[in-house]
Amino acid sequence: MCLAIPGKIVELDLLNANQAVVDVVGVRRKVDLGLLADDPPIAGDWVLIHVGFAMSKISEADAADQMRTLNMLGEVDAAMEEVCGYGLENDEHGESPQRWKQ
Amino acid sequence: MRFVDEFRAPGLIAKAGEEIRRLADPRRHYRIMEVCGGHTHAIYRFGLKDLLPENVELIHGPGCPVCVLPMGRIDDGLSLAAEPNFIFAAFGDMMRVPGTHGSPLEYKARGMDVRIVYSPADALKLARNNPEKHVMFFAIGFETTAPSTALTLTRAKAEGLRNFSVFCNHVTIIPAIRAILDSPDMRLDGFVGPGHVSTVIGCRPYHWIAEDAGKPVVVSGFEPLDILQSIVMLLRQLRNGEAKVENQYKRVVPWEGNRAALRAMGEVFELRPYFEWRGLGFISQSALKIRAGYAQWDSEQRFSVPGVRVTDPKAAQCGEVLKGVLKPAQCKLFGNECTPEKPVGALMVSSEGSCAAYYNYEHRKPVTIANAAVTSAAAN
Repeated sequence: MCLAIPGKIVELDLLNANQAVVDVVGVRRKVDLGLLADDPPIAGDWVLIHVGFAMSKISEADAADQMRTLNMLGEVDAAMEEVCGYGLENDEHGESPQRWKQ
Repeated sequence: MRFVDEFRAPGLIAKAGEEIRRLADPRRHYRIMEVCGGHTHAIYRFGLKDLLPENVELIHGPGCPVCVLPMGRIDDGLSLAAEPNFIFAAFGDMMRVPGTHGSPLEYKARGMDVRIVYSPADALKLARNNPEKHVMFFAIGFETTAPSTALTLTRAKAEGLRNFSVFCNHVTIIPAIRAILDSPDMRLDGFVGPGHVSTVIGCRPYHWIAEDAGKPVVVSGFEPLDILQSIVMLLRQLRNGEAKVENQYKRVVPWEGNRAALRAMGEVFELRPYFEWRGLGFISQSALKIRAGYAQWDSEQRFSVPGVRVTDPKAAQCGEVLKGVLKPAQCKLFGNECTPEKPVGALMVSSEGSCAAYYNYEHRKPVTIANAAVTSAAAN
């Protein structure tokens, strides 16, 4: 549970500064930006996500590195299951993590 | 060699292995603890042990949140789940951890409302969507996860959401390292420091380990090359008679950590005078409790919790394995009565637990980066 998932900020929530939509290999989910309050990301920035919260800004190259690390550790399925689970929206949309398997 | 090509710079991996052999003094035996369960998982998965000379031994540390949680806490949390109109929400890692009368999943099978959430924010959402029920988030984790729980509590308070609370089991890594260093049966030469905990706390909190205890610390990433490089850095310090804190995982870990995350933790949590850790016993100031200002959202302050202490099943030697005194396979139950499919102890449940990692990779001996790299080096 300590592995962090890389994602790209695609949209900031104009009504709630603490929320943004991230894209993790094609899956889009809302994450909380509260832990980056000192250096808020903008659309296009890459972040590491842990339990639904963006915890650090990273470079695109480091994001690719991190995704490869998850792949190597056999944690991609678990990571995608986690991302798909954010917001409890998988039930509503009938999305299954298998769909995003690499 | 397709397998090796999946890894960053396979040539460097073989080189790092050579450098470790060159730096390790054959007259010495090195005991290096990887603190974080994520590292333990990676070490077994890639068979990194096979790349190390016999006198460089890796000891698995306490950095697996579900592994160090004593059974009494699980029982306490689950005792509340029996209340009517109560939702017990926790991360998936917790679901198969055995309590005295079963795991959360088994409680669910008996009809209690047990839900897996992937974020504390989702537990909060459950509370919003189920105003007639009480949602308790059973929080576990080190400093990587604690800030997210903290922010979730500030959001609950700001919204005035009354049907939500947190059963807080958050622990802090530094006191556990101190307890291990103070333990008389534990002689260690250095530490591979945790990666993602350090994105929050930074590298400064480790200074006393170098300065007072005289042991080098290298904060490390999770790829095979990261871990091997960190071992090279540790051995280099040991050879030069140095003890300092170094950061191998600079691409993710800022030296100062994440101040906003630390502020959130400070706002919501204070240190418990003491907390029980499985295997390590009571450690003073090693866990977080929810401050009085958030008492409304603290399950322990709001409900009556039995506060039970449960000793682990006698035959299981989780404590010895957690402290690094025994290797997983040396436990009497390992692989027979205790397997990932039917775990007796928590170390067999989490993929970060050393027993599960050992069972899945070492015990079954799949192809690993280590033997692939060795083959590749021999072929060249």
